[in-house]
Formats: sequence, structure tokens, C-alpha cells
Amino acid sequence: MTKQVKKKPRWSHKDLLGLEYLSREDIELLLDTGDSFREILDRSIKKVPALRGKTVVNLFYEPSTRTRVSFEIAAKRLSADVINIATETSSVKKGETLNDTGKNIEALKADVIVVRHNCSGAAAMLARNVNISIVNAGDGWHEHPTQGLLDIMTLRKKLGHIEGLKVSIIGDIAHSRVARSNIWGLTKLGAKVTVCAPSMLIPPGIEKMGVSVADDIDDALGEADAVNVLRMQLERDEKAMFPQQSEYFKTFGITEERLKKAKKNIVIMHPGPINRGIEISSKIADGANSVILEQVTNGIAVRMAVLFWLSQAKRDK
Amino acid sequence: MNLLIKNGLVIDPANKIEEVMDILVSGTKISKVAKGINVSSDTVIDAKDKIVMPGIVDMHVHLREPGREDKETVATGTKAAAKGGVTSVLAMPNTLPVIDCAKNVDRLKDIVKNTAAIDVFIAGAITVARSGKKLCEISALKNSGAVAISDDGSSVDSVEIMSEALAKAKKEKLLVICHCEDRSLSGRGVVNKGFTSTRLGLRGISNESEYKRVERDIKLAEKSDAPIHIAHVSCKESVEVIARAKKKGIKVTAETAPHYFALNEDAVLDYHTNMKINPPLRGKDDVEAIKDGLKKGTIDVIASDHAPHTENEKEIEFEHAASGTIGLETTLSVSVTELIETGLMSWSDLAKKMSYNPARILGIDKGTLGVGCDADIVIFSPEKEWVVKKKNFVSKSKNSAFIGKKLKGVVEYTIHKGEVVYKL
Repeated sequence: MTKQVKKKPRWSHKDLLGLEYLSREDIELLLDTGDSFREILDRSIKKVPALRGKTVVNLFYEPSTRTRVSFEIAAKRLSADVINIATETSSVKKGETLNDTGKNIEALKADVIVVRHNCSGAAAMLARNVNISIVNAGDGWHEHPTQGLLDIMTLRKKLGHIEGLKVSIIGDIAHSRVARSNIWGLTKLGAKVTVCAPSMLIPPGIEKMGVSVADDIDDALGEADAVNVLRMQLERDEKAMFPQQSEYFKTFGITEERLKKAKKNIVIMHPGPINRGIEISSKIADGANSVILEQVTNGIAVRMAVLFWLSQAKRDK
Repeated sequence: MNLLIKNGLVIDPANKIEEVMDILVSGTKISKVAKGINVSSDTVIDAKDKIVMPGIVDMHVHLREPGREDKETVATGTKAAAKGGVTSVLAMPNTLPVIDCAKNVDRLKDIVKNTAAIDVFIAGAITVARSGKKLCEISALKNSGAVAISDDGSSVDSVEIMSEALAKAKKEKLLVICHCEDRSLSGRGVVNKGFTSTRLGLRGISNESEYKRVERDIKLAEKSDAPIHIAHVSCKESVEVIARAKKKGIKVTAETAPHYFALNEDAVLDYHTNMKINPPLRGKDDVEAIKDGLKKGTIDVIASDHAPHTENEKEIEFEHAASGTIGLETTLSVSVTELIETGLMSWSDLAKKMSYNPARILGIDKGTLGVGCDADIVIFSPEKEWVVKKKNFVSKSKNSAFIGKKLKGVVEYTIHKGEVVYKL
């Protein structure tokens, strides 16, 4: 009798909605692919034909420059056609619903929709309602999986591995999709994650996501191999919960003074855009430990990987 | 017209009956309950291996008419009720316009008279337009036929207005039904507060926002010595508060809905908006506390909180979607599956929670199979299984939290005032 070994497909997801829904193997596949695409970006001719004939639609309901541009460049480097739709009007307030917009884009024969939306769960809803692939480019406070991936990719490139690393995430955890994607991704790969923020900005039950909570920033920085500094989202409506900006900088800001007590080679990450002097000092943001601009470049590579694998995925009919 | 139901397991807690018997219906009334009734009858129903219970009295139903006939009408809602074994409903007043004056009660009574398949009892509002600002004319509501008052969907925030409402309701012998929610605590929350709200990145609704208001309303009821009924109890602390009040002798009764003992917050994890309900689906501890409260009698009533919504209101972003699940067609089966099959309750207990108790609490002449009573009867197969499917709902809206679930207990006949209003 011959053994029938059924080979599991390397990538089996129609959509990328969050790192919570991926396995360690899925994440590593995206990171490895991202690593190999990264090299293309340093060529003088920065284009490969992998997605020639595919169409990627960027559907952004929230203002965003860097994520939208990063996806656009990623798609173009793979030779896909890219359409950008930006609307600051939330679907419920005016005009077409998100589902209807999605179905129309599907009828226009696009292959992938990259969606950014202010409502948590919007990408999941869209994914249920269309057969083409959905990439979540940030939904409310829920997840921003490609940001999580690019942070992890940057860290892995810098330190060689993720397993066993101590990573601290500082800032508004409660309202941060970046924090959630980082937590799911890092813990799946075996990192030890600590979150640190004023208590009002630590959401209830966060420990169940497999992280520790530090009240004191010096505790969070003390042993950390890397720190991910979140942006104070000053435009959000939960402002009342935020401490005064100067107060925040004093208590939770990442400064030279504070880093003196940290590991010498601590890696400093920030998803951008930076509020200089609020969550991080300029010196640190621009200093030797900072990988903030590498994150931006790696973001293109990992988004190329996401678009590449989603385009290989089998579709439900 | 005679109707004879043979050999069913008759469950009638009012008369302490739980045995195989026959029931003879003459006209609209039950005329005989005994073993081996041998009379010639126009219709004979063989109820062997089936349960014969008083028709369900669902004291928490949104029929949406007048005003939101796109969601449900008295006609479609009562037809759905009949399919679920329900023979009496209490219609909640949050319609358009709100049932906040005698004229609007009369208008609804007309619709009911012309279109309802079963009995529809009417709850009036506590405050005009349910605004919480100005008390309705409670005596006028009573005189026009309302059997209870409630601002369901909202809580009356003002202590003064709530106290006044309780005093007036006591005088008029009207039941006050409380939707207990402190909006200053629940705010714009859409799911249970805790790991679920954190994981989903949605605003949370704490248990506190419910039980703090339960505490307050019970205190006010104690002060005015008026009976109150707590609607849709969802959390552990509320059950504890109610248990303590009952022990103290305060006239409080309480209800829960099937989704609070059959589902927990994990059902929301993929943002399915049929799972968006207010109060929200709670934690596993809460679910256990609700079951325990039902078993121990702290919670008197199971009611559906049937809340129909159109697809347009449900198939949108979670935080913008309407809250609620339909329930008239699933309440009995979910209860059989979760409470009888698990051994938590007896058939008599179930008949009490679904029929006898709500009838007593509302002061309506329903909920028993006694001779001379209205022949409101449900006959169902307790062992038969079915899978809840969207396409099979009679209700105009299909937003059920139970779609896809396999349930036990299939209604075979629903008889309302001697007439078969539903037959499988």
C-alpha cells in the first residue's frame, strides 16, 4: 500500500483580516516571502511580473497616506493594476453601503480589495459578502495586520529571530489596531509581550491575549529587546481618556533619559506618523536604535507578500 | 365545534398535572381533562409521545406595527408566534408612534382585531414618546386596555419620574416592566465589556450598567410597594440582586431570553450582527448564573424579546447595526434543548416559565389547561430535531441569532381559543 500524503497548501486563506486568524506557519510564510521581495526594492528596475493582469483596489474610508501609498507601491512592484478609492464619508451616513461598494468592485472584476475603515469588523463583513480577496488595512480599533507583519519583519531582520524576544508596546493600547495585530503576531511567534499605558488606556481582559501589563514604563523598558511606541491618536473621539500631552510625555514618553536604563541595543519602533515630543523624543526617533524608516520600507515588501499569496488563494464560489 | 386531543403527556402546572391524558375542547374553551375521554368529536388529534402544554405566553415581543411594517406586522408576527407555539404575546410599545396614549392603544387594538392570529396584549409606554421626560397618562392607558407599562429599549433615567410611574401604576394595578440600563455606563457600547470588547476593538457594555439600574428600580419599587418586572436579565449580578430582593419580600419578578442562557459572548467573535443584542451576549459565568436563576426561581419567565430588523439595518458595520434577534419561532425549542435536555428543568418548570408565570404576572386569564379556560394549547414532539434556517422563518425579518443551530422540540399544533392556528 502506498502512503498518500496530502500536502497542505502553503497558503489557504481568501482574505487577510487579522493576525489573530493566522497560524504561526502562515505568518512565517508571509515574513519569508517579504524577505525575498525586499531585495527587489533595492534594484534599479523595481518591478517583477508576479501579479501582471491582476487588479488591486485600495478602498479607504479613513484618511491615510503611508498605508495607502505603501499598498499602491507594493501592488505596482508586482505589476498589478491599482485603483485608489478614497472617501471620508462613512458608508452609513451617505450613499452606498460598504457591502454594495464591495460587490460593485467585485463586478468590475478586481481581484483584491484593500480596505481601511473606521469601524471594527468592517473588513470581516466585506469578506463575507464578496468572493474576491479582502486585505484589512486597518479596521477601527481591531487589527492592522500588515502593520503587525511589517513590525515583526523589521524586528526579525534586526535581531534574527522572534522566539523568546521581549517586546514592549507603549501607548494607547485600548484604541490601537496596531497593538492588537502586534500582540497576536508576536505571541504566536513566541515573543514575550508587555503592554504599558495609563490605566485608562489598557483595555479590560488584555491579559487573555497572552501579554503582561506594566504600570510603570521603566518596568516595560527594563528588560525589553524592542519597544513599539504607539502614536497618541489625538484625532480620535476618546480624547477625554487621554492624559495631558505634557503629562504623558513626562510619564510615558520615550526619552534619552529613560533609555539609559534600558538595554543598550534596544530596538525602537513606531508605526508613524510620529508626534514628536508627545510619545517619543526627536533624538530617539532619529537615533541609532530607531528602525522607524526601515519599517516603512519593509512595509512595502510584506504587503507585496500578502498581495502575492492572496492572489494564489483558491476562491469559494 | 369539538376538538379532542388524545394520549398526550399533559403538562399543566396550574393544576399540578404531568401525565398522559386527553383534553376535550368545546368551542373556544377547555371542557374536560381526563384519561380515556370517549366522545365523538369533529377533530381528533393523536398526541401520543407528544407534549401538550398551555399555549406559550410571550411577554416580551416587538411586533413593530404601527410604523415599522417593513420589519414586522401584527399579522406576520402573530403568525410566527403561532408557529412557535405562542398563543399570547405582550406587544412592546416602542412603535411609531409610541403607544403612549389611549388613542394609540385603540389604534393598535384595531389592527390586532383585524389581523392577529393569536391574542395580543398591549404594553403602553411609561413616558411620552419614551423620552424619559414626561409621564404618560397612566390611567388612560389602563382604561384603554394596556396591561403593563414599559419604556422598553430605554430605561427611565429620572428617579422622580420612575417613582411617580410606580405610584400611579400601583394605583391602576398595572405592571411596570423595566428595561434596566444605565446609559451613562453603557454609553455607545455594542458588545459585552471585557475580553470580547477588547479582542474585537468595539466599545463594551458592562454588567454594571445593567445591575446598577436593576438595584435602583427595585429600591424604588420597594419604596412605593409597587410590583415591577425586570426585563431581559442578562448578567450574574442582576440575578443576585433580584434573588436578594425576593428574599426580602419585595414584589419583583424577572425574565430572561433564550439567547442569554443558550449563547455567550463568543458568538460575536466574527462580527455577525445577528449576535448584536442589547443587553449583549455575556460571559460564560453569566450564562451559568442565568440558568441557575431559572432553576432556583429567581427568574420567573422566559420571553423571546423578539426584535425583528430588516437586512438593511443588520447587514452593515457592527457598531451601526440594529440590536436584537427574532425569537418567537425558536424560544420553545431553544429552551427544550438547553434546559430540558440538560436535565436542568422539568416540563412543569418549563410550562411555568413560558406560560403560567407570565400570565400570572400580567394578570391575564391564560397559562393553564383548566376546565373552562381558553383553549390555548401547544402540542409538540420533544424528541424531534430541526435545524434553524433563514428561509424557513415566518417572521418578516430573519435576524435570528440561532440560524444554523440544531434544536430539539418541534411544534406540531398550536391551538388558540379552540382553533388550530398552526399545524406542522
